[in-house]
Amino acid sequence: MVNLIIRNIIRFIFLVLFQVAILNNIQLGGYINPYLYVLFILMLPFETPKWLLLISAFILGISVDMFSDTTGIHAAACVFMAFCRPGVLDLVSSRLDYELGIQPIIRDLGFKWFFSYSLILVVAHHILLFFLEVFSFSEFFHTLFRAVLSIIFTMMLLVLSQYIMYRPKK
Amino acid sequence: MRNFFDFLIRQYFFFLFLILEIISFILIVQNNYYQRSGFINSTNQISSKILSSINDISQYFSLKDANRKLSEENARLLSESKKFYMKTDSRIFYYSDTLYRQQYEFISAKVVENSINKRNNYLTINKGSIHGITKDMGVITSSGIVGIVREVSQNFSSIISVLNKETKVSVKVKKYGHLGTVNWKGGNYRYGELADVPTHVKIAIGDTIITSGYSTHFPEGIVVGTISDFKVEKGDNFYSIEIKFSTDFNNISYVYVIRNIMKDEIGKLNKNLPDG
Repeated sequence: MVNLIIRNIIRFIFLVLFQVAILNNIQLGGYINPYLYVLFILMLPFETPKWLLLISAFILGISVDMFSDTTGIHAAACVFMAFCRPGVLDLVSSRLDYELGIQPIIRDLGFKWFFSYSLILVVAHHILLFFLEVFSFSEFFHTLFRAVLSIIFTMMLLVLSQYIMYRPKK
Repeated sequence: MRNFFDFLIRQYFFFLFLILEIISFILIVQNNYYQRSGFINSTNQISSKILSSINDISQYFSLKDANRKLSEENARLLSESKKFYMKTDSRIFYYSDTLYRQQYEFISAKVVENSINKRNNYLTINKGSIHGITKDMGVITSSGIVGIVREVSQNFSSIISVLNKETKVSVKVKKYGHLGTVNWKGGNYRYGELADVPTHVKIAIGDTIITSGYSTHFPEGIVVGTISDFKVEKGDNFYSIEIKFSTDFNNISYVYVIRNIMKDEIGKLNKNLPDG
C-alpha cells in the first residue's frame, strides 16, 4: 500500500518534469504539443478514493500551470478529466468489477481496453484545455483542428510509454 | 436540514468536482482580465529557478547559432559607428553632438522560457526590476520586435509576445509612411496580419514594415516584417495584408529591453489632454 503511494508520487514528479522540460519545448509547426502528463491520472489505481482522484488531478494541473504561465487552465482540464474517469471505467469495461491488484495499463488489460479508455479521457482533457486557452468560440474549427492534432500525438506517446515501461505478457 | 447534509455527503464527488472547477475558473478569469496572479506564474521563485537551469542546459545546443547572430550584429554596429566613417568635411561631423539626445536605452537579457504553439504566448527573461526593467517596456531582438513587458519580479520578467491575441503593434509601411496595426491571428507563427492600411497606397509584396514610433513601447524604425500577401475585400477601404515576421519566434535566445527615457514626459503631456 505504502509502496503504491510512493510509486505514484514518483510518477507524478517525473511526468511533470518531463512535460515542462521536454514536451513543452516540442513545437512542431506551431500546432502540435503533446500533453503526456495526463498519464498520471490514467494510471492511478482502481481503488483510489474518488476525492483523492479529484484532489490529485487538481494538484497535477496546478503544477503544470506553474511552469507554463497558464494559470488554472490545466487544472480545470485535469479536474474535468478525473471527474469523467469513474464513468468511463464503467463504460469501457466488460468485466463488472476489476480484480484486486490489477492496474489500468496495457499489460494487465490489453491494448484495446487501454486505447479506448485513454482516448475518451484524453479527448475530454484536450478539447477543454484548448478551448479554455483560446477562451472564445470565434476560431472554433481552427482550435478544434489544433486539439485533434495534439490528441493524436498524445495518444501515440501514451501507447509508446506503455510498451517502454512494461513488457507485455507472453 | 439533515436531509440536505445527507444529500451533500452522498453526492460529495460531484460537489468536490464543482468546487475545484470553480477555483480553476476563478484563476483563469483573473489571469485573463485582471492582473496575472502573482503567486502562480513562472515569475515565481521556484519554477523560474528550475526553468532557468533547464534553459542553461538547452542553451548549449543553440550556442553556435547565437554566436553567429551576435557577431553579425557586432559587424553591423561597427559599420554604423562614427569611427569608421570617412570625414568628408570636418564641419559636418562632430563627436560631441548637441543636436542629438539619447532617448532610448537598451538592456540585454536572456530568454529562459518561450512558447509559440498557444493562441496566447508569453516569454520569460532573466532580468527584472533590479536591472531597471519596468512594465510596458518594448522588447526586441537584432532581427525584429518580440513583445512588451507585462509583469516584473525582482530577477525575472514575463513578456507578452507578439504572438498573442492582446498584442497590437503600431507600424508603418517603410516606403510610404502609412500607418497600420499588426496583430497575430493564430496558426503559423511566422505570419501575422496588418490592418488599417488604406487601399490608395500602392503597396507591393516584399515591402518592409517598421514600427511607427507613435507608441512609447518601441522607437521608430524597428523592423517588424515584410508583406508576403495582400488583397482587397469587395467594398472595403482597407487592405487585408499578410506579413512575414522578421523575428523567428521559435529561435530567440537573447533579447534587448528598450527603456524610453522620455516616456514619463510624454505620458505627463498626454495626461492633460481632454478625452475623446
